[in-house]
Amino acid sequence: MPATPISKAEREQGHATVFDLSQHSLRELNQALHKLTPGSNETAWEVLNPKGSHSVAVGVDQPVSIDVRGSVGYYCAGMNDGAAITVHGSAGPGVGENMMSGSIVIKGDASQYAGATGRGGLLVIEGNASSRCGISMKGIDIVVHGNIGHMSAFMAQSGNLVVLGDAGDALGDSIYEARLFVRGKVESLGADCIAKEMRPEHIELLQGLLDKAGVTGVKASEFKRYGSARKLYNFNIDNADAY
Amino acid sequence: MTYRNPPTTPRKSATFDDYTLSEIRRAAATGIYDIRGAGAKRKLPHFDDLLFLGASISRYPLEGYRERCDTSVVLGSRHARKPIELKIPITIAGMSFGSLSGPAKEALGRGATLSGTSTTTGDGGMTEEERGHSKTLVYQYLPSRYGMNPRDLRRADAIEVVVGQGAKPGGGGMLLGQKISDRVAEMRTLPKGIDQRSASRHPDWTGPDDLEIKILELREITDWEKPIYVKVGGARPYYDTALAVKAGADVVVVDGMQGGTAATQEVFIENVGQPTLACIRPAVQALQDLGMHRKVQLIVSGGIRNGADVAKALALGVDAVSIGTAALVALGDNDPRWEAEYNALGTTAGAYDDWHEGRDPAGITTQDPELMKRVDPIAAGRRLANYLKVMTLEAQTIARACGKNRLHNLEPEDLVALSIEAAAMAGVPLAGTNWIPGKNGF
Repeated sequence: MPATPISKAEREQGHATVFDLSQHSLRELNQALHKLTPGSNETAWEVLNPKGSHSVAVGVDQPVSIDVRGSVGYYCAGMNDGAAITVHGSAGPGVGENMMSGSIVIKGDASQYAGATGRGGLLVIEGNASSRCGISMKGIDIVVHGNIGHMSAFMAQSGNLVVLGDAGDALGDSIYEARLFVRGKVESLGADCIAKEMRPEHIELLQGLLDKAGVTGVKASEFKRYGSARKLYNFNIDNADAY
Repeated sequence: MTYRNPPTTPRKSATFDDYTLSEIRRAAATGIYDIRGAGAKRKLPHFDDLLFLGASISRYPLEGYRERCDTSVVLGSRHARKPIELKIPITIAGMSFGSLSGPAKEALGRGATLSGTSTTTGDGGMTEEERGHSKTLVYQYLPSRYGMNPRDLRRADAIEVVVGQGAKPGGGGMLLGQKISDRVAEMRTLPKGIDQRSASRHPDWTGPDDLEIKILELREITDWEKPIYVKVGGARPYYDTALAVKAGADVVVVDGMQGGTAATQEVFIENVGQPTLACIRPAVQALQDLGMHRKVQLIVSGGIRNGADVAKALALGVDAVSIGTAALVALGDNDPRWEAEYNALGTTAGAYDDWHEGRDPAGITTQDPELMKRVDPIAAGRRLANYLKVMTLEAQTIARACGKNRLHNLEPEDLVALSIEAAAMAGVPLAGTNWIPGKNGF
């Protein structure tokens, strides 16, 4: 996906603080973002030439917007707490890992472990996500426009995973209380994950998530819901074959 | 008068001993493996199998109580902008809130702070009791990521990426439903009362190359301030140490199989991993081979009990040791004063290890509000500080006798071994010989 930087005129008008990773180090970028305070005027940031760098815009804790023009490596936007981060490209493994709040939008595809252990906020992947999407999620909402890979939502504790396409093998293995909504085909369900009834409150919840993620032309009623059978919550030797 | 053949004395099998028989009966009755806390209980080659030589004509001693013997250590000087400076080379190992009660965690923090050393969180996030009472707090980064958040990461003084632990290299955490109180459940984002089995692998990285990138992320989030430790169980100490160094660790923590756990399978504790003594020299060798000995610090844990163990570990090349089980005993764990209650639980003081059941009479490994009142965090913290002081004085006594004005100047040359096994593991001569098994082709 070609980078589309904002115009020189816009930059000069102070519309965004531009940070070029071909000119400055990753450490300088993250430290500049960490120095932001609630009263900072620099509320819009643009990161140029990420070229697959790891750990771009990690640990940001202010409600600023950050547009990353190009693809990123591992852990982009890791532990994000309040920022609205958009990657105009694809993301490597662990994008938005342990996000607390805010939003992350990936215009392209995401690699493994997208949104791992996320606690809050919204992660939107406009392309596909690879395996283990939403692994160990703890409250985050994840919306994937395309498909997700195998072992997604493994040990997912809380939050919502919405998939407009298909899901790979062993979806929701050892899931706790997270809710999974899949519109397409599920290759197979993991241990203790079952299909569940879509009740009105789930339709309402899902419609809200689709709206928040900017999804149009898709109805909540087209999805199936999956979650925990809660049979493995307390160890019982007669269930040992399920593991 | 009839002659009766003399009977033989009833003889029990060494293979099928009383413990083994009881375990077979228990398994047959319940259909589930035995779960318990603590570390390996079997007899293993250990620090007891090493002796110091002391001073002689060629080595003169330092005066006890008069001549200085430095005990301080700096951890994390490789990359961290704010390395940790400790007054003593004995730290408190990671033990979770959830596994331990709030007052017990507070007591650990108080004791460590009085002694000028660090304490460590565990698989349950950082509590206010612990942060508030610990001058130096190491924050564990575990596969479960329970309670993980950037604010606590920045409030920590160091970060410990936990790959494994000595009691169960390759095993995840376990906290059974009876210990999942409202507070524990909230910190772990789980329903109350369910068995909580944390993952054995990290959710977002596998292998040394990923670990390097994960460490970079943690450094970036904390602006390169905090020392980053990597903790491994005593599985492959040479390669694990080398790979942790390669991944960018400031400090490597190696935990031998005597290191405790809150709960895991007995069969796992007793049959997986290596003894602490067997882990030290390979880990030191890895650092030396990489030219990183003393640049990347090495912490060793698992069965450290007294100042002699501390001195022996340091002599073998480690920078600091860490204690868990011994610290709990100093707080009051397994105290004979609760003998009647231990008996009621089918055990005896000194043997109680059903820490996962949450019924600890000493109030330490429990979330029961009444039992945990038995831990006075101030008094228990004081006991821990006393114990750490004694260990330090003991180690200094030995170091001075060996002519060292600094604990870290102790060296393998100060040691001999009492058994061939210990000589081979520690890489020091068998007492009375110049034979180091495995060296020079023998």
